[in-house]
Amino acid sequence: MHPAPSVIVFTTLSGLGFGLLFFLGLGVPDVSGWVAFTFFAIAYALAVGGLLASTFHLGHPERALKAFSQWKSSWLSREGWCAVIALSVMGLYAIGVIFLGQSSGALGLIGALFSLATVFTTSMIYTQLKTIPRWNMKLTPVMFLSMSLAGGALLAGQTPIALPLLVIAAFVQMLYWRFGDKAFAASGTNMGTATGLGDRGTVRAFEPPHTGTNYLLREFVHVVGRKHAERLRVISFILAFFLPFLLLLVPFSHLFALLAVLSHLVGVALSRWLFFAQAEHVVGLYYGKR
Amino acid sequence: MNQPVIDTSPKVSDEIRKTTCYMCACRCGINVHMKDGKVAYIEGNRDHPVNKGVLCAKGSAGIMQVNAPSRLRAPLKRVGPRGSGEFEEISWGEALDMAVGWLNPIREDNPEKLAFFTGRDQSQSFTSFWAQNFGTCNYAAHGGFCSVNMAAGGIYTMGGAFWEFGQPDWDHTKLFMLFGVAEDHDSNPIKMGLGKIKARGARVIGVNPIRSGYNAIADDWVGITPGTDGLFIMAMIHVLMKAGKIDLDYLSRYTNAPVLINATEGPEKGLFLKDEDGKPLVIDRATGELTAFDEPGVRPDLSATYEKDGVTHRPVFHQMAERYLSDEYAPEAVAEACGVPATKIRAIAGELARVAFDEAFELDHEWTDFRGEKHAKMIGRPVAMHSMRGVSAHANGFQTCRALHVLQIILGTVEVPGGFRFKPPYPKPVEAHPTPHCKVTPNSPLDGPHLGFVRGPEHLALKEDGSPARIDKAFTWENPMSSHGLMHMVISNAHAGDPYKIDTLFMYMANMSWNSSMNTKGVMEMLTDKDENGDYVIPHIIYSDAYSSEMVAYADLILPDTTYLERHDCISLLDRPICEAGAAADAIRWPVVEPDRDVRGFQSVLIDLANRMGLPGFTKEDGSAKWTDYADYIVNHERKPGIGPLAGFRGEDGDKEGRGEVNPDQLNRYIENGGFYVAHIPEGADYYKPWNNAYQDWAVGMGIYDSPQPYLFQLYSEPMRKFQLAAEGHGDRQPPDHLRQQIKDTMDPLPIWYETDQTGNEGFTVNALTQRPMAMYHSWGTQNAWLRQLHGRNPLYVPTKLMREHGLQDGDWAKVSSPHGQITVPVMEMAALNDNTVWTWNAIGKRKGAWALQEDAPEATEGFLLNHLIHELLPPKGDGLRWANSDPITGQAAWFDLKVRIEKAEAPQDAESQPEFDPIKSPVGTGPKDLAWKVGK
Amino acid sequence: MTQLPQSTDRKMGLVIDLDTCVGCHACVISCKGWNTENYGAPLSDQDAYGADPSGTFLNRVHSYEVQPAESHAQLIHFPKSCLHCEDAPCVTVCPTGASYKRVEDGIVLVNESDCIGCGLCAWSCPYGARELDQAEGVMKKCTLCVDRIYNENLPEVDRVPSCVRTCPAGARHFGDLGDPNSDVSKLVAERDGMDLMPEMGTKPVNKYLPPRPKDTVEDQIDILAPLLAPVAEEPKGFISWLDKALDKLPGGSA
Ligand SMILES: Nc1nc2c(c(=O)[nH]1)N[C@H]1C(S)=C(S)[C@@H](COP(=O)(O)OP(=O)(O)OC[C@H]3O[C@@H](n4cnc5c(=O)[nH]c(N)nc54)[C@H](O)[C@@H]3O)O[C@H]1N2
Ligand SMILES: Nc1nc2c(c(=O)[nH]1)N[C@H]1C(S)=C(S)[C@@H](COP(=O)(O)OP(=O)(O)OC[C@H]3O[C@@H](n4cnc5c(=O)[nH]c(N)nc54)[C@H](O)[C@@H]3O)O[C@H]1N2
Ligand code: SF4
Ligand code: SF4
Ligand code: SF4
Ligand code: SF4
Ligand code: SF4
Ligand SMILES: [Mo]
Repeated sequence: MHPAPSVIVFTTLSGLGFGLLFFLGLGVPDVSGWVAFTFFAIAYALAVGGLLASTFHLGHPERALKAFSQWKSSWLSREGWCAVIALSVMGLYAIGVIFLGQSSGALGLIGALFSLATVFTTSMIYTQLKTIPRWNMKLTPVMFLSMSLAGGALLAGQTPIALPLLVIAAFVQMLYWRFGDKAFAASGTNMGTATGLGDRGTVRAFEPPHTGTNYLLREFVHVVGRKHAERLRVISFILAFFLPFLLLLVPFSHLFALLAVLSHLVGVALSRWLFFAQAEHVVGLYYGKR
Repeated sequence: MNQPVIDTSPKVSDEIRKTTCYMCACRCGINVHMKDGKVAYIEGNRDHPVNKGVLCAKGSAGIMQVNAPSRLRAPLKRVGPRGSGEFEEISWGEALDMAVGWLNPIREDNPEKLAFFTGRDQSQSFTSFWAQNFGTCNYAAHGGFCSVNMAAGGIYTMGGAFWEFGQPDWDHTKLFMLFGVAEDHDSNPIKMGLGKIKARGARVIGVNPIRSGYNAIADDWVGITPGTDGLFIMAMIHVLMKAGKIDLDYLSRYTNAPVLINATEGPEKGLFLKDEDGKPLVIDRATGELTAFDEPGVRPDLSATYEKDGVTHRPVFHQMAERYLSDEYAPEAVAEACGVPATKIRAIAGELARVAFDEAFELDHEWTDFRGEKHAKMIGRPVAMHSMRGVSAHANGFQTCRALHVLQIILGTVEVPGGFRFKPPYPKPVEAHPTPHCKVTPNSPLDGPHLGFVRGPEHLALKEDGSPARIDKAFTWENPMSSHGLMHMVISNAHAGDPYKIDTLFMYMANMSWNSSMNTKGVMEMLTDKDENGDYVIPHIIYSDAYSSEMVAYADLILPDTTYLERHDCISLLDRPICEAGAAADAIRWPVVEPDRDVRGFQSVLIDLANRMGLPGFTKEDGSAKWTDYADYIVNHERKPGIGPLAGFRGEDGDKEGRGEVNPDQLNRYIENGGFYVAHIPEGADYYKPWNNAYQDWAVGMGIYDSPQPYLFQLYSEPMRKFQLAAEGHGDRQPPDHLRQQIKDTMDPLPIWYETDQTGNEGFTVNALTQRPMAMYHSWGTQNAWLRQLHGRNPLYVPTKLMREHGLQDGDWAKVSSPHGQITVPVMEMAALNDNTVWTWNAIGKRKGAWALQEDAPEATEGFLLNHLIHELLPPKGDGLRWANSDPITGQAAWFDLKVRIEKAEAPQDAESQPEFDPIKSPVGTGPKDLAWKVGK
Repeated sequence: MTQLPQSTDRKMGLVIDLDTCVGCHACVISCKGWNTENYGAPLSDQDAYGADPSGTFLNRVHSYEVQPAESHAQLIHFPKSCLHCEDAPCVTVCPTGASYKRVEDGIVLVNESDCIGCGLCAWSCPYGARELDQAEGVMKKCTLCVDRIYNENLPEVDRVPSCVRTCPAGARHFGDLGDPNSDVSKLVAERDGMDLMPEMGTKPVNKYLPPRPKDTVEDQIDILAPLLAPVAEEPKGFISWLDKALDKLPGGSA
């Protein structure tokens, strides 16, 4: 898939933002006043910023409201609803925490759940796509959620929670790559099934339908060099998990905490870049590109 | 559920205008949907005899052609050096004055100094009429570089050819064999026919080194070695004759197989035994008597010989048996050369025999043959064949083409149900065609039509001193039967001043500085070369094109043409009509939109020029002009009384067909009728046409013949024997000595196969071919925003075996060289390809600056031409002569004899195919960036 | 509407004959022409005369080479447009309801005025049947020429998709695949019509007729060989066979 900056920014930032909101909703850390304001501001900046970024790749952003209409069937629509609910509920909750010094725990809990649900619905947008075997795995939501939680905990400054969550997320990420690499082959879709000609012999794409490029090729047929991808994975892994983990282990300092967060952010963004760039859409088969 | 309500019956258009497509020469009928006076959508015309509603990609993309930014906008006068593309727009008045200023002195002085060649012209009967009245002998269209082998091979053998002159009986055929065709001009009809055959589950056999397109859907593929079809075909003839699987009845009645041949040594040897009226003689099997072939009741004997004065005269068929039963034509003997296993050759021959004889059928059509014999039924032999440039674009193509016809004929499959059928005005024997004329007289018309069919040395176009009369050396000893001229030799001969220098080169609709020339770079140099005085060696070049092609840059004066939707055209029975095997048909084009530029239909411009010069055929006795423009000519010109360009709606009331007085309302009647006219051949006249009295009478009525012209198929070609006799020293017109052997060797009156000249090919062992893409027409498709997305560049397709041998992978570059030149191009693997053949799509590569494309367009950067590797002359043989890269019989350009060597190469700088040429300046700028074409609201 | 209908009254679709398609692209361009002028926004082209031309097409013709274990490689031309799937994932993923499957005939359409151009439906389509128009920012796909097939301004014979009407080889068939007695259903039954990527569970309505077996003439040599038994081994023998054969012809001397 084409690793469009808008979707990478969106999933990275909003995952982190909603992760933070989740913890804030649970009252972790238990903050109020300006400190709370800061936390919420960061969380909203990330979550809303991410959502806004996601509209950049729309052909008609001005019609975005229409996207709320199909919650019965569409994960994208559900994501919209979850995000709006999470942001509104958490908004009310935040007003309480920031300005009133206290708020309803139930409200926080609901907000926290919708925040997680938002991350889950986002992940389901990808997971549901049978056309992209690497995404069409149970591990995909697990990965999105575990990263969001680890990132949230990190941002929330909860070292004891963040440490195990980082370990879990790192583990999930490893599994995701491991199974992801086999997913296309395991899906059973190949040139043979794509063309229906498989039982006659080996099928090879000959001339493309157009010598020029097209939307499908630009959008779905992105090829990353294997070596390149391996290297990026290592870097991403170090930045997203290993370095923050180390930074959390050393005695707390604001600088290190900031570094841990930034490192994690860049690492996750890289992981997301790979998530898209390495995702093989089956349509590539028709173009002989798999 | 509630779902949007959509309008499923929107208005389709304001109006439909029916005319004829010219995105290629197939000439399908089109419905042009108009909205707000603009072209909105083009679809096929269901009533049209050619396409019956379907339309190819090019046809549907016509809308992008009439709107193309590359359209020329006004007459152009060259202001920069030739080849630079620097022009100034001028008025038509100035342009025509300039042309007349060059042409008038030529006419008064020596009309042969004008060479007028017209490319893929569809108005040849008109353009040749113009040239004849101008008085030059130097006129031809593009046939010489296109497919004269096919046309001449067919006409000399059976009075009609594949090409555009006939078609398989698609409704009945059960086995269809296709030789060397990628697309052809019968573009939609072939596809429709294949569809019909496939729907019946009948078999298609494709003989082609490349298995794409039609050959891809063929049930069996013969991936033959290029240039060896003749051997393959004669091996099948061998097997069929040996097994007695031949139609003896058909051979004896309708062919010259029973005609007796003079066997006396001397000037008559090999000529037909004839009676005083010049009729070939046969032995009547019923009486054993020597008789004229066409006597009522005669049953010509294929076997009996005739003794006279101690000399045995043997029927043609004896010579055929002797030749084709010989072991040299056994499948085993040819298998290796053809690259086709002997069992496969036998199997295909067996399948031909099985279908022709075991699946024979009858139609209950009564008919009477030319000997007066009545037949209650028509016997169908459902085997049909078609062939085109894969056979004809080789220097042995004429003989191979004849061999193919012999194969069809011995199976009895020509002009019978299920077989191959002619389209009117064919069948037409050689005798019904003119012979070539070349006598030039200042200020007077030529002594007759330029082109024709020679019957012997007496018809060659030679001057009194024996030198060629024509600039292209057509109808000379080098290529005696060059019925279509040799357009590919004009520029190189004119540049060399051999046989003489000319003053003005006038061309129409041929991209001669690019894809229609061999040796493209050389041609560009010849067109720009200057003599010692600093003058161009070819002093004046006038060119008519509709678009900003590569050739435009090389002319001094451009006469911009309209596009096909903006002008009158006439697709005439006098020329290359749109007939079907069961009907005569012709068509027109008419301006369905008016040009929005200062351009004029070329034919009308020719009339204007003729009027300004007062050319005889164009001028009334009182000196006034006969016609104001082409539309006027189409309606009012009469070739013979009652016969004009259009056959339909003749007579004062428009109720006469074929023959009839001029009808001033004729064009309107055509327009009302959908732009065409069809006259169906009555049942019973529709097969066996060359011998069928009913057909012959119908054809006379239509004005196709002046009198019935029944004839025999010429398995043995007597005109060829006459050239051989001359080469053997008989007769007073003698070939130069260096050509005697070639004539003896190649002009065999019975088809033979010979290896084409391989001089200089040492080390060049790989065959290199081109194919037409179905969705592109030569160079014109590229300016089309939709079509160029399909074919914007062309790789060289290389067979798997050669890919491995040279360590090549898709996208790698290879240096491809021939004895003549070298190109560096990207390669792609193809498995369904002859092991020793590479190929590419024809004419995709473009010159930078042409066609209103940006200079970095892929056509100009990656795209390439194979033409750089092909020379119009063969490599020097050391005899001081340069031999033409053409068929020695017809002069057909031998594009497909090319042999190359390939080597892996580094990607050139900027990854651009080599050679690269400097950009030419575009006289029309470049096209817009984005398109979203919608004319309706 | 984004939900799929439980069932549709008819299942209109195309049947494409891979044994007959010559890869001429006529259907591609005719589709482009009709749909540029008709339903919704025109199909646009970018860099139309430049270095990297690309545009929106609703139908594209691929080609594949198949190498059987034992025989010559084959080339197969392969047209592909929307298959109007019964279980169309492109419909259910659509957040706006712009994508929908019509109840009356199963045609999958995009209501362009509702489309936000998110591209998700194209992501979900295994066949590459949807293209986002770069000029208009809305999703384009084959409409099965819904504005032709019921169009009362067209003569009845012409109420078929543009690509079907134009296909010179007759390789494209249009009809109701939900009706087992329709011509298209019968063709599918006779010729073992197949689905593309059945494992995707999309249940395409469009079917493909596989190419017939190829390169079999040589296998028949044993059947054909008797036909080719020589009547004579050399020209002399042939002439005497000829004499006898001529006698047997109607009007011959015997
Ligand atoms: N390598 C290789 N070369 C080949 C061949 C091959 O097989 N291989 N094939 C050969 C054959 S058979 C042929 S016929 C030639 C074809 O070669 P050309 O006849 O040169 O073909 P086109 O590229 O169609 O060029 C014709 C010119 O006509 C112009 N034109 C188009 N429409 C109109 C119009 O309405 N009016 C006017 N006045 N001009 C118009 C076009 O702009 C173009 O410049 O190529 C030959 N060259
Ligand atoms: N779409 C489209 N249609 C066209 C044209 C076009 O440019 N585009 N051009 C028109 C013109 S001018 C012409 S002349 C016709 C030509 O129509 P075709 O005769 O179809 O011309 P080519 O495309 O040159 O195809 C020649 C075929 O012969 C094969 N071949 C080459 N050598 C041999 C051989 O030795 N033996 C056999 N058996 N096969 C061989 C090649 O592989 C190729 O498939 O098409 C006309 N129709
Ligand atoms: S074959 Fe195509 S381009 Fe040629 S005349 Fe017919 S529709 Fe036009
Ligand atoms: S128009 Fe017909 S033959 Fe041509 S590519 Fe399309 S389906 Fe195939
Ligand atoms: S082919 Fe693709 S676009 Fe068409 S219905 Fe099926 S999934 Fe949707
Ligand atoms: S691009 Fe349009 S039709 Fe497709 S999912 Fe998005 S809104 Fe729906
Ligand atoms: S049915 Fe209509 S929209 Fe669909 S591919 Fe055919 S022409 Fe295009
Ligand atoms: Mo040609």
